[in-house]
Amino acid sequence: MKVVLENLTKIFPSRNKDGSEVVAVNNFTFEIPDGKLIGLLGPSGCGKSTTLYMICGLQAATSGKIYFGDDDVTNLEPESRGVGLVFQNYALYPHMTVKQNILFPLQNLKGEDKLSKDEMLERAYNVAKLVQIDELMNRKPSELSGGQQQRVAIARALVKMPRVLLLDEPLSNLDARLRLQTREEIKRIQKSTGITTVFVTHDQEEAMSISDMIVVMKKGIIQQIGKPQDVYDSPVNLFVAKFLGTPPINVFNGRVENGAIYIGEDKVASANGIENQEVIIGIRPEGFILKENGALKLKLANVEVMGRDVSVVSTKEESANPIIRSIIDADNKIEEGKEEVTFDIKPNKIFIFNKETEERIYLEGQTPTYVPQKEEEKVEEPALETVEETEAVEENTEE
Amino acid sequence: MVESRHQWKAWIYLAPAIVLLLIFTVYPIFNTIRISFLEGYNPLEAMNGTKYAFNLQNFAKVLKYKNFFKCLKNTLLLCVITVPVSTLLALLIAVCLNSIKPLSRLLQTIFFLPYVTNSIAIGMVFAAMFNMVGSAYGTPNQIITTAGIINNIIGVFGLGPVNWINSGSTYLANMTVMVIYIVWNALPFKILILLGGLQSVNKQYYDAAKVDGTSRARVFWRITVPLLSPMIAYVVITGFIGGFKEYSSIVGIFGEKMGPADDAGRLNTMVGFIYNELYSSTPNYGRASAAALILFGIILIVTLLNLYVSKKRVHY
Repeated sequence: MKVVLENLTKIFPSRNKDGSEVVAVNNFTFEIPDGKLIGLLGPSGCGKSTTLYMICGLQAATSGKIYFGDDDVTNLEPESRGVGLVFQNYALYPHMTVKQNILFPLQNLKGEDKLSKDEMLERAYNVAKLVQIDELMNRKPSELSGGQQQRVAIARALVKMPRVLLLDEPLSNLDARLRLQTREEIKRIQKSTGITTVFVTHDQEEAMSISDMIVVMKKGIIQQIGKPQDVYDSPVNLFVAKFLGTPPINVFNGRVENGAIYIGEDKVASANGIENQEVIIGIRPEGFILKENGALKLKLANVEVMGRDVSVVSTKEESANPIIRSIIDADNKIEEGKEEVTFDIKPNKIFIFNKETEERIYLEGQTPTYVPQKEEEKVEEPALETVEETEAVEENTEE
Repeated sequence: MVESRHQWKAWIYLAPAIVLLLIFTVYPIFNTIRISFLEGYNPLEAMNGTKYAFNLQNFAKVLKYKNFFKCLKNTLLLCVITVPVSTLLALLIAVCLNSIKPLSRLLQTIFFLPYVTNSIAIGMVFAAMFNMVGSAYGTPNQIITTAGIINNIIGVFGLGPVNWINSGSTYLANMTVMVIYIVWNALPFKILILLGGLQSVNKQYYDAAKVDGTSRARVFWRITVPLLSPMIAYVVITGFIGGFKEYSSIVGIFGEKMGPADDAGRLNTMVGFIYNELYSSTPNYGRASAAALILFGIILIVTLLNLYVSKKRVHY
């Protein structure tokens, strides 16, 4: 079941006396293809949960439309939409056993959909097997670990065979190891059921690792939509570039001068056909190549050995952050006691942004994979096909 | 956690409360138990060194009184009727109050008002409301026109005035008034506790139920009530304990006679019985103590029963 959001907007009335409204979600338009796992990603307060709750029906849209397939569900009550929702803290009924929790949505069915007791039990056990909790059916939620509770919550959402599965910060209540395990699990369950799934997270790593597509949001506005790798490789603006990636992108104040990018006095890359201007430069940590007399000179602060790679911590006056972190292969040796380290920069790992708007300026050989929506114009849907096309183009250019 | 070398400090802080409890609670309890086994005990004589036989005569005497069983019946009836009724009503009102947004504070205050009023004073107001005033003032016609507000309201619906509490009233009418008054009086505390419980219930349970298309009745019985079960158990248990000690409400409405003018003592309760034993022209401390112990035993049994049931019913 594909989900289409059309100019979806949510405005909360102000609680302050000045009467200023809060636009939680601003003119959202995008299409979630059938059977995909989509991550809504953004810092807190960006409207991602509001979007999820609007898809679910717990919050009414101020304007705009929501379609499941061809059905307009904008004004339907949550129960008539056919959605399954997994809450951030799971919201399992504490007084019911796992089995009762999973059965609960089925027992609510009325009329034609009403199931016999045996059918209910069969479905409950099937879904419990799917999420691997069939041996815990007679326990109470308080007797389960966080990860098990999470699975019960997913089972409860899945048991009525929803058209769309929604997950609100599904991993935030789990410890680091469980998180890793559970996100694989979510991916597996989603794949095996084929249910279109939308999940909300503020953790970019989580979103990148399991999503088929991510939607990066900021202050209620979509910044970029695309495959995780595409968004990472080609951010449309400084916000997206900064938000994705651990360790985060290194940001410098620099300029374009006579077809070259300068950080301070260092000419780090060419910029053919771009006018002279002040720019913000972003370089991914993996975009550095250690080289004697390389283009970029940095003051060496520290070398952190992490086994597989080496993390070089350095400083430079033009850096927007206190430190610059570059990840290089462990085969590279840096002499101890050195004061300066020099790098060449990989051309596909350096991005430049307009100093005022912080929008991306594409260098030669860099192709946009996503065109941001402008508010006035009616925007073509950036469906997955187009993304794939542009990706293909990019691959060609790289060869 | 108090470290052991600072424990003496903790004891000092606790001392005032402990001393008061020892003097006014612990000592009287043990003394009551002792006196209940002393036949014909009288504190004045006891001070002069009179010795009393130590036996079960007081209990035997109390259990032989017809009056005792009348009081026991009244008390039990009031408990069994008012506790469930007031708990259910309080639950309904709490759920309603919880779902009302505008003026919720004001409404909560209004519903809490009976709690801070004096039960004797309010009892007198109730007595006036249920009155059939004027039997002393002349013709039957006048009786109707000067009746209390309840009889006036009933009159609007074309029903004749009911003699609720005056001379010649029936036991049923008396009990009806008592039940209404006690329920009304018991509501605020229960509403307060249940409302507090409701407000601490995570809203997401209701969101989850909504997504699953749960009907309102099912939400109430399958989610709200179980989640509130600890609070419900609490108000039921305290309600029964309070109910067994019912006394002042009856005094409030019927005065110290504990019944309509022509049948004094008709509505007497256990506490009333104990009070009468102590303050009759020939006070009998032993029997009063024995009755108090019997009352204590009944409350204990009922509370244990309550706890046993709630263990099975109260979730998590």
